[in-house]
Amino acid sequence: MAQFQKPGWLENGLVRWVDHRLPIFTFVSHELYEYPTPRNLNYWWNFGSLAGIILVIMIVTGITLAMHYTPHTAMAFDSVERIMRDVNYGWLIRYIHMNGASMFFIIVYIHMFRGLYFGSYKAPREILWMLGVVILLLMMATAFMGYVLPWGQMSFWGATVITNLFSAIPLVGDYIVTLLWGGFAVDNPTLARFFSLHYLMPFVIVGVVVMHIWALHVHGSNNPIGIDTKGEQDVIPFHPYYTVKDMFGLGVFLVFFSLFIFFAPDYLGHPDNYIEANPLSTPAHIVPEWYFLPFYAILRAVPANFIGEWSTAWMGFILIEAKLAGVLAMFGSIAVLFVLPWLDRSPVRSSRFRPMYKWFFWIFLIDCLVLGYVGAKPAEGVYIAIGRIATIWYFAHFLVIIPLLAKFEKTKDLPKSISEPVLGGGGGSASAAASKPMEKA
Amino acid sequence: MADTEGTATTEHGHDGETRRDFLQLATGAFGAVGLAAVAWPFIDQMNPAADTLALATIEVDISKIEVGQAIRVKWRGKPVFIRHRTKAEIDSAKAVSDGDMIDPQSDADRVQKAEWLILVGVCTHLGCIPLGTSQGETKGDFNGWFCPCHGSHYDTSGRIRKGPAPLNLEVPEYAFVSDTVVKIG
Amino acid sequence: MNKIRTALVAGVFAATASLGFSSANAAGDAVHPPEHHWSFSGLFGTYDRAALRRGFEVYKGVCAGCHGLRLVAYRNLMDIGFTEDEVKAIAAEVDVPAEPNEDGEIEDRPGIPADKFKSPFANENAARAGNNGALPPDLSLIIKARHNGANYLNALLTGYKDAPVDKKVPDGMYYNTYFPGQLIAMAPPLSDEGVDYADKTKATVKQQAEDVVTFLTWAAQPELEERKRTGIKVILFLLLLTGLLYVVKRRIWADVH
Repeated sequence: MAQFQKPGWLENGLVRWVDHRLPIFTFVSHELYEYPTPRNLNYWWNFGSLAGIILVIMIVTGITLAMHYTPHTAMAFDSVERIMRDVNYGWLIRYIHMNGASMFFIIVYIHMFRGLYFGSYKAPREILWMLGVVILLLMMATAFMGYVLPWGQMSFWGATVITNLFSAIPLVGDYIVTLLWGGFAVDNPTLARFFSLHYLMPFVIVGVVVMHIWALHVHGSNNPIGIDTKGEQDVIPFHPYYTVKDMFGLGVFLVFFSLFIFFAPDYLGHPDNYIEANPLSTPAHIVPEWYFLPFYAILRAVPANFIGEWSTAWMGFILIEAKLAGVLAMFGSIAVLFVLPWLDRSPVRSSRFRPMYKWFFWIFLIDCLVLGYVGAKPAEGVYIAIGRIATIWYFAHFLVIIPLLAKFEKTKDLPKSISEPVLGGGGGSASAAASKPMEKA
Repeated sequence: MADTEGTATTEHGHDGETRRDFLQLATGAFGAVGLAAVAWPFIDQMNPAADTLALATIEVDISKIEVGQAIRVKWRGKPVFIRHRTKAEIDSAKAVSDGDMIDPQSDADRVQKAEWLILVGVCTHLGCIPLGTSQGETKGDFNGWFCPCHGSHYDTSGRIRKGPAPLNLEVPEYAFVSDTVVKIG
Repeated sequence: MNKIRTALVAGVFAATASLGFSSANAAGDAVHPPEHHWSFSGLFGTYDRAALRRGFEVYKGVCAGCHGLRLVAYRNLMDIGFTEDEVKAIAAEVDVPAEPNEDGEIEDRPGIPADKFKSPFANENAARAGNNGALPPDLSLIIKARHNGANYLNALLTGYKDAPVDKKVPDGMYYNTYFPGQLIAMAPPLSDEGVDYADKTKATVKQQAEDVVTFLTWAAQPELEERKRTGIKVILFLLLLTGLLYVVKRRIWADVH
């Protein structure tokens, strides 16, 4: 049986002296060493700690880049190239930061889909989930503003298009856009404030991450079976079991990350961003970074006149432009995540015991990939139709399918406890062989 | 791998424990080495960049400096004074006895060619720029340079003679590439 | 079974992702450039030094009349085998504005190795005025600023053809299948024996194109060799560390029962 021992260093004299006055060591021991964790977590549970580590990597590389970057329209592009060419290891640090943004989104998206599959958003973890959605929103804002800083063509036109979305807000839209820009177009004031905020936001994210982990540690991790832990036989201490497992996962991830940094550093980027911003010439085909593509597809999916006509006909005095409808749909696609814990009233968390939800989960995943694919395509021909269907499915999944499933799905019987299915009903004297499938489950 | 694992799981003997401890130690050490290696780029990026280093040495054309005149050039972010000394200035620089100096040094140790005096134009007191290079500026009591911040007087060899500065003006590393071009740095 | 599913999901992710990205980047209606094997491609790729030197000669003799290289400094040429004296001589061929003199006037001084390559035109308007309204782009980053840059540029330089009969080519424009829209304002820049290589290599159009593409790839990615070298070491190290961690992880988890 795994033991819940306090780490030896807690007995050190100096540690005890400090701890008596500021119990920081007890805190670390409690939250990172003894912290009881379900024994059956699979590798999908690695992505939470990975996300925390990549956040640190982004902050460290970002702070170093800021030592050399110049937030001025006349110098930003050249200062980035100076980092690439003249600053010692500047190319390495910038490529880590640039690709790190993509890695961050890959990790967080996997982390979220894991939560969706295993029902991690359900009671009592609703606030934990909502804090996660807040982190996603903050990440998106940070990534967007960071992409503007190199002041390439995509930086400039991405900033122009996205800030223009706010002009869709009725009455005050244009005022808000001017306020965002600090001028009559995306220009030097915009760049300077984006730099300021891009530097600030990661620390706000750190704050929300702390709350996210705090909320997690109140009830502990969910697990692949999705039933509550029922005592010491169901849990193991976080250290060394999950620390070493997370470290191994980190190693695998770093190999993947390194392949991009060293051998395909510009693969995930767009060539146009190596052309300096030119406010007088728009690139032929503006696309956001890949991690925004599904949302971009939803934004463009709303028909140009459908809601406009509908709303003017029925509401008369409120003119909802198609632009606004698209923006609402895009923000709605994230807003719906906030209320997901209340849309899904099924008491069963894990998809393993939800035969129908499991299928819809995979369909939903494919739907998101399709949205991403459509987002990368020009808004013409068959892609418009595909984008609309995929968008409708996206919302139907949350607003129709999930509530209906909660009502009508016949779920499988849940095991009595985590240790029971894990040990195959074997009880106390299980062999090492029996424990093997568990750790990979 | 299957074999060693079998040993580790079924035998809780002394051997298994030692080997496991060693393995964990080795892994930890390996990780620490990796972390240290990663730290280096983040420290080294603060060192002068390649474009900065490219300007660490400059070549100056001194052919147009008349006798008795001086110029100021920027080198590594600081001014360098290059004075084409007159016969009288050279003689007065050589004539000073050690007892009259705060930081005794012979003129011959401060120049490569007697007519050319090359100095880093930063007062050794608190880093101000002494006057006396351009025509019309006060040259102080010793006909060299005068620092207006706290009243340090330097002579025609750039040596401190009066005032709070503790040391003579620094002579940078330089070499004559030809009779008319000097390389500083 | 879980493993299979995991692999499947990962595969679908990767496939869809790469599909999406490549399509995102392939804008325009230009013909795909043929793949060429470059000395600098692949995991262990390095720049062919002789090609770099010849490529510089092509850039200097052919391209530099219209295209700048403003992010590259003359001193950088020392990284690819030019001697300090050669670089000084190359830099001194151009005049650059000096610091204001004592009268406040800005005179020209000869270039030094620390200077960046001098652009042929003072600004965009001057460049357009000198080129019938077309803007010759700066070439410092051209390889990175075009999708599949090296192959694209190589194909473009060698891709001038007679226009099909139904295609109308206006005055001052040229037909090139690889250029988006097929009409390019740049006249065919390369011609056989258009440059005299110092190393006596026969200066065919094909040779010149490959050399100048190699040179411009270096101009855009001077860090490439160090990057790949470091990458190999980093990945080998990580594989070893990850392997060790895996063994340690197995052992620690072995006693969970």
